[in-house]
This record gives sequence, structure tokens and C-alpha cells, in this order.
Amino acid sequence: MTKIEVTVDGARYSDDVEPRTLLVHYLRENLGKTGTVVGCDTSNCGACTVHLDGQSVKSCNMLAVQADGHEITTIEGLETNGTLHPMQEAFHECHALQCGYCTPGMIMQSIDLLNDNPHPSEDEIRHGLEGNLCRCTGYHNIVKAVQQAAGAPTSSASTGSVSTGSVSTGSTSGVAS
Amino acid sequence: MTATTEVSTGSTGGGGEVGRARTRKEDQRLITGRTRWTDNIVLPGMLHMAMVRSPFAHAKITNIDTEAAKAATNVVTVLTGADLGESQGVCINAWPITPDQKAPTHVPMPSDRVAYAGEIVAVVVARTAAQARDAADLVDVDYEELPAALDLKEAAQDAVLAHPELGTNKSALWEFDSAEAGTGGDVEQAISKARTDGIVIEREFRQQRLIPAFMEPRSVVVDPTGDQLTMWSATQIPHILRFALAATTGVPESKIRVIAPDVGGGFGGKLQTTPEEWIAWAVARRLGKPVKYTETRSESLMSGHHGRDQWQKLTLAATKDGTVTGLKVELLADLGAYVAVVGGGVPVLGAFMFNAIYKFPAYHFSCQTVLTNKTWTDAYRGAGRPEATFGIERMMTELAEQVGADPLEIREKNWIKHEEFPFSTVSGLEYDSGNYEAATAKAKEIFSYDELRAEQAKRRESKDPVQLGIGISTFTEMCGLAPSRVLGSLDYGAGGWEHASIRMLATGTVEVVTGSSAHGQGHETAWSQIVADRLGVPFEDVEVLHGDTQIAPKGLDTYGSRSLTVGGEALIKAADKVIEKAKPIAAHLLEASADDLEFEAGKFTVKGTDKGMAMADIALATFAAHNLPDGVEPSLDSDATYDPVNFSFPHGTHLCAVEVDTETGGVKMRKYVAVDDVGVIVNPTIVEGQVHGGLVQGIAQALWEEAVHDEAGTLVSASFVDYTLPTAADTISFDLGHTSSPATSNSLGTKGVGEAGTIASTPAVVNAIVDACRPFGVDDVRMPCTPERVWKAIHSKDAGGQTATEGAAVPHLTEDEGAAQ
Repeated sequence: MTKIEVTVDGARYSDDVEPRTLLVHYLRENLGKTGTVVGCDTSNCGACTVHLDGQSVKSCNMLAVQADGHEITTIEGLETNGTLHPMQEAFHECHALQCGYCTPGMIMQSIDLLNDNPHPSEDEIRHGLEGNLCRCTGYHNIVKAVQQAAGAPTSSASTGSVSTGSVSTGSTSGVAS
Repeated sequence: MTATTEVSTGSTGGGGEVGRARTRKEDQRLITGRTRWTDNIVLPGMLHMAMVRSPFAHAKITNIDTEAAKAATNVVTVLTGADLGESQGVCINAWPITPDQKAPTHVPMPSDRVAYAGEIVAVVVARTAAQARDAADLVDVDYEELPAALDLKEAAQDAVLAHPELGTNKSALWEFDSAEAGTGGDVEQAISKARTDGIVIEREFRQQRLIPAFMEPRSVVVDPTGDQLTMWSATQIPHILRFALAATTGVPESKIRVIAPDVGGGFGGKLQTTPEEWIAWAVARRLGKPVKYTETRSESLMSGHHGRDQWQKLTLAATKDGTVTGLKVELLADLGAYVAVVGGGVPVLGAFMFNAIYKFPAYHFSCQTVLTNKTWTDAYRGAGRPEATFGIERMMTELAEQVGADPLEIREKNWIKHEEFPFSTVSGLEYDSGNYEAATAKAKEIFSYDELRAEQAKRRESKDPVQLGIGISTFTEMCGLAPSRVLGSLDYGAGGWEHASIRMLATGTVEVVTGSSAHGQGHETAWSQIVADRLGVPFEDVEVLHGDTQIAPKGLDTYGSRSLTVGGEALIKAADKVIEKAKPIAAHLLEASADDLEFEAGKFTVKGTDKGMAMADIALATFAAHNLPDGVEPSLDSDATYDPVNFSFPHGTHLCAVEVDTETGGVKMRKYVAVDDVGVIVNPTIVEGQVHGGLVQGIAQALWEEAVHDEAGTLVSASFVDYTLPTAADTISFDLGHTSSPATSNSLGTKGVGEAGTIASTPAVVNAIVDACRPFGVDDVRMPCTPERVWKAIHSKDAGGQTATEGAAVPHLTEDEGAAQ
């Protein structure tokens, strides 16, 4: 067992861990931080993404002992003084989640993406999220959410999605009802 | 706790909720990590399980040595199939598609023989998951390898048997013939006539094997403490699971509670009763301790059921002008090693959909299901209907090519006109509503169809190395599974009703209990909207409960785009009963005759007066029960079980433009327009989300995904490194539109939407790729349309295509450099 000291979501922890323990298992099993989840074994899906000293890491891809002395933020530590992080708000408002399993990792990665590049193009957003898989949304609304959080207009031009103005309501187009 | 900001303003119960783009109630916990996935559950004294799985596709188990594993640190026990014996129960097939269907007994953990690579042969129980996995490596299993039936077509010839005791791999032959059924003419006549003076198109398509690949790996926790046994499972079907546990393990149904807590996607992949659940159940009961099992991703891809996997032989007969006179469909469908819960029913669902939106006068369908030594197959988003839609939409495009007409015109020539609804189809269904003209017109407009056709012509003329292709899919589907009588006529083992209850709480809020079991679809939001409108209560005051058989004791769960059309209608009927029960109480309290009362916007009023009473006040008065009319029970609570009278038939026109680099075979999606008619929309935001996600799953079948087994039957695409789900960088933003011809089979006029995008998009993409490559003599590309396959298709007729890639590298090395090393 190896002793580690970490700060997670603002609280300090001191634990003895097996050296082979992955950071994600330490977070989930030792600290009860079950907001961070495991989706694959091969670091492809990114569901376990957290921030280590402000930068995104896949917590299944690093050992708990490597986090010794570092500061970790998970999805559970994003709110400040009871206010959601703008990225959390954007995911909600843009319907960028369905089952929500990839969402913690996707939000953490999206924040990191904007930290690196505050005004990304759609293409840059799509490539910036390449390491995070989502099976529900088809990514369309995730891209919109990141654009909204970046303060970019999310309407027609940039996403190509709702450009016709004919999208939302159910009854349209002169069809007999 | 932080409240998510509602984009819309708070509601007052004044109606107008249905059709409103509400943000979701579900999101708050999901975006803050306050989730209850099954794997998050920890119970006192809980033990962890790890599975020992067969590396062989087909083998006799000759010995299992568990001693070393049992001696490992903190291992509680190691159990084999022989140890558990009959206490395991069996995995069930709910839909024997023919009376003589052959199906092997599916013991969760067999003791004598394994039938696919990944089958469980022993389970290790330890104090931690890591210790269980460590010890699993110490279990020593001796196998005697047997020949494996792997290739679907070869398996259908019975040369090697997947289950020798059955004597054949052929499980069931299911047939439908329109002449016999009286729904149409004789297809053989149509084909023979077309051979003399019309067009006959004969094609064989491959529906590759796919993996649902939900993001949350399956997990199960069983707690045998106390009088009831509780199972938490990452499942779509808690109610069916409870029924099956009771039916196969001898525990009374009344002693079983099944909970599907937060469930991270399913797409049909969690519509199963699994060996892992059954083994956890048996182990927990045997040890008297809570146990948990969470699969790894590789285990998920290997042992969770797969989808699709068909060979489709299609014969289409038409007149010279492109009017279809008959369609003959012959399917081979791979069941894998066992007949799963729906199993052979999946391709049978496709039987009703090959005729799609068209007026075919004659139709014959046959499907031979085949057992092999591969992972079992079952429902995957669309379940039988994507396969059918792919087949017919590819054929209609090929027909247009033969006739020399625009593929949209050929479709229009054959489709059901909007004034012809309701329409009885050649496969025996009655389509209640639709308007293919409207959806197509709208899609063409959004797509700029004519401009893109002009650009395509220009690129063809200039021999641009990057060619443009336009693909069309005018699809329909049957969803809202399902009228119980229809299911009965097809020998399905259960009904297709759904249940809802509404509890009017004394303090004015409303509890809605639904038997459908959402796992990402947004029922909590949509159901709140429906109830808010019907009862005239604020959206915020409605709480939707589901996914726990103790809270929602009755239900048939979520699949087949059934939740809204079936479960939503149950909800409406329960709400109407609440109003009916409230009426005499309101009349009594208002000192009026019930006949003089009107109910609107949540309030009973006496006609012609300003006297009235809100539902919340009636709920409180009913709770107090101090002043109720004689003989009236002190409760407004109501429930309803609704059996649908028909399926619902969403449809749409999807148009896809791709750029194909003829020098590399690379395919780049340029534009995708989906115009869907899903009837009346409850929440446009949720509907669009369903379409987006569905599209990408269908596009992924066309371009990227395939479950691949090697010659030994090992799944080689058993991780996300090799099973290539699309990423954000692979996909584009979509252009959506809606038309609406409301369903006539339910009060709200809704149709299903969960599967539409997936069903429609696969043929749209492949048709686009074929269209781009058509000048090179290409008339098909097998899925997934990888750059290699596209390149080979383009160059199949030139020298490069015949020698490139396959077989070329090895002789080159041997003859030149290879020999020198």
C-alpha cells in the first residue's frame, strides 16, 4: 500500500492505496465520487474524464498514486456556491445529454477544450471531443452546447442544423391533420 | 442544490404543454454527477463477482480446477455450472416464431459444453472486484475443442453443428405469402411475367453484425437480505425480468423486486434476460449475501447480445415504367449460439416492413433463422425494421437506375398517396395515416435537391476525382409495440399493453407512475407535459416514477418505440379517470349538479357562473374526506392499462449527400436532411435529440461498425479500439424538419420516434455512396463502406482493382525483399 494525499473537489484526502489502483477506482470506491464513471477498459470512451490541476485526464488511464499531491476536480465539484458551471447549464439547455452516462466526462472535456481554445470552430470542437464517446446524442447537441458555452451563436450558420426555421414544432407544412 | 434554469417560464397549469420545447427534468442529476447507476450501489457486506469465460467458440468442458482460485486472497467461493445446478434457472426465449422452432436449452452457466467464445464457465466471488478478477485468472479449465459453426451461410448447410444434440442449425423457417394470406397476389407469377415483359432485379445484401454498445456497461446487484429478494440491473425491462426470474427460478413473483435505477442507454442491448443476471441471482441466494457484478467493456461486447446479421436475397418485379408488381424476400438470420428473449422475432418484425411505404400487389417473405457458435443476437435499435428498410430502399434505388428515372420519382410512382389512408398493406397491416408527398417535398427543399443534382452532373462531366452522391430513404416503420392480439397471433409469449397510475397528493402535487422504463429517452419530462395538460396542473408539480417494480408494479417496459404511443395513452386514460372521479366530489362541494360542471385548465366550474374549484383543492378535500358525497371513495387516484389497437407508423424522407474520393475510397458526409413525420410532437427538443442519435447509429452501420469474428470464432472487435463507434469528429450536424399527420390510433396523435433515425439513415448513406460511384459501374458496396471497399468497388473493373490490397502484399515480399531476410 502507498500513501497518497490528494485534493478532490476542494476537500483533502489522505489514503493508503494499492499501487495498481486506477485513479477512477480510487475516486469511485474510496471516495464515493460515483459521478465519475467507467465506460471502457481501453481509454477510448472518456466517460471517466476529470481535471488534474485544471487539465483533463482520463482517470482510468492513470494510477491513483500518480495523483499524489495533485488537485482533482470531478463533475461533482463543478458547481460554485450553488451555481452550475456554464458548461453544465449549456448541456442542459441544448439537450446535449440523453442517458447521461458519457455526460460527466463530456462536460469535463468540453471545459478543458474551451480553456485551451475559447472560441473554437465547429470542426475544432468536434476534434477536441474526439476522445469522448456518446452513443445517444449523435454529438449534434453536444457541439451546440460547447458553442453556447463559448458564447458563440448556436443557430444556423455554425451548426447547420436549424437553418431552415422549419424544425421545431410538430404541425407544419400544410399536411392534413 | 442548484436548480437548472428553465428556458421557458414556469407553467400555471393552463395547458399548452404538449408541443413545448421543455428542457429536461432528468438533467439536473445527470449533469452534476448525482446519479444512481447500478455499479454505484454499495450494500453492507456486499461481495463481488468475476466471470471465467470460454476462449473457445465450441468446446466440451472436461475439467474445471477451482482450488487455486478458492485459496486466493479474500475469495469467498468459486462456483461452476455443476455447483449451481438447477438453482440457476434458464434464460428464456419469449417468442418461438414457429411451433417447431428448434432452440437449445440456455443454461446461464453450462457445465458440459460451451457454445460461443465468451460463455461463462465459472464465477469467482470475492470481497473486492479486483480480488475476484485476480482469482478468475487462477481458475483452470480444460476444454476439448469442437468444430464450430461460424459462417452463417455454411451453418445453414448443417456441415458443422452449433448444437450437435439438435441435429441441425436451422432453428425456424417463418413465411408469409400475400396470396395465401389474401392480402395480395402471387409473387412468383409477378416475377415470371416481369421476366418476359418487365424488369426483374435480383440482389443479395449483407446486413453485417452490429453491437448495441450502450455507454454504461451492464451491471447487476442482488440483495437477498430480508424477506424479498431485490435485483438492481442496468436493464430496459425490469418488469419482464421480474416475470422471468419468477418463472424460471422458483421464487414467487411477489417476493421479487427488480429495480432499473439510472440506466445508461440500451438501444435494445438491455432488452434481455442475461446469464449474468441469473448467475448473480443464484449466487446471492446461495450465499445469503448481496453480490455485484459489473462487466468490463470487452465482456460487454463479447457477451451482450449483438444485432442484425442477415443475408437478404431480394427479387423485385416491376413493369418497364417502374411500377412494382411483386417483391420476394428470402432471409437468412444468424441467431448466434442461443435463441435470445426476442431472438428469431427480430427478423420477423421485418416481415411487415419490406413493403414499406409502397403499394406492392404481391409479396412473399421467408426467414430461416440459424444457430451458430457466435454471440447471441437480438434487438438492436429498430430490430428487424432497419434491415427491411435497407433492403427495400436499396432495391427501389436500383429500380430507378434500371428505369433511368430519378429515384424519388420511382418511389412516388409506387408509394401510397396521402388521400389513400387508411391503407391495408400487402403484408397485412393497416397504416392509419401518413403523407409521403409532404415529407418528401419538404426534404427536397431543405436539401436543395435540384442544386445538388446539378453539382453532381457537373462533377461527373468534369471527371472530378471527388464525386458527389445523393442517397434517398423514404422509410416507414411499425412501432408502438404492440396490440396484444397481434402478438398472440405471432406466438409471442406476452402482451403489448402498458400501465400508468396517477396519484393526486393532498398538497397539490401529482405522482405519475409509468410501466415504461426510460433509460435516456426523457419520459420524466414528456410524461409531465402530458399530465400537466390533461389535469391542468403545473408541469413542475408532476413527478414521474418508474423503473422499480415495487413503485411501478405493472408494466411492459421500454423498447420498440412504444413508450409514448402505448404508455402515453395509458397515462391519458388514467388522467381521464382522475377527472371522472373528481367530478362528483366537485359537484358536491360546489353544491351543483355534476351535469352542470365543466373541466378546463385544471378547474371545475359551474356552467354560467363564476363558481369553481381547482383540482388541487379537490385533492385536498378528498384527502380530508370530511365532506364527500355518500358512497364515494375518498380517493382520486386512478390507473389504466391500455392495450393498443394498432401499431403506429412514423415515416419520413431522408436525403444524404456524400463526397467520395475516387482515388482513396474515402467517404465524407456533406449534408444530411431528415424530415420525419412522427405525428403530434410532445416535446420537439426531445424528438430532435432522438432523431440525431438515431441517425448516427444508422450512419455508423453504413460506414464504420461491424462485429468481426476470426476463423476460430473469437470476437476480434471486442474493445472500443476495434469496434469503432463514431466520434464527434466523424459526424456532422444535421438538418431536421418535421411534417405531421397525426396517428389516429391514440388520443394525442403521436407516433414513435426512438428508432426512426436509425431505420432511415443506413440506406440513405449507402444509396449516396453507390450513387457517387455509379459512373464507375458500381451498383453496390457492402457495409460498412470502408475506404477499402469503396475503392475496390470503384476499381473492380480496372487492373488496379483486381490486384490491389488483397493477396498482393505477400507475394511481393516473398519474391523480392522477403526472400533476402
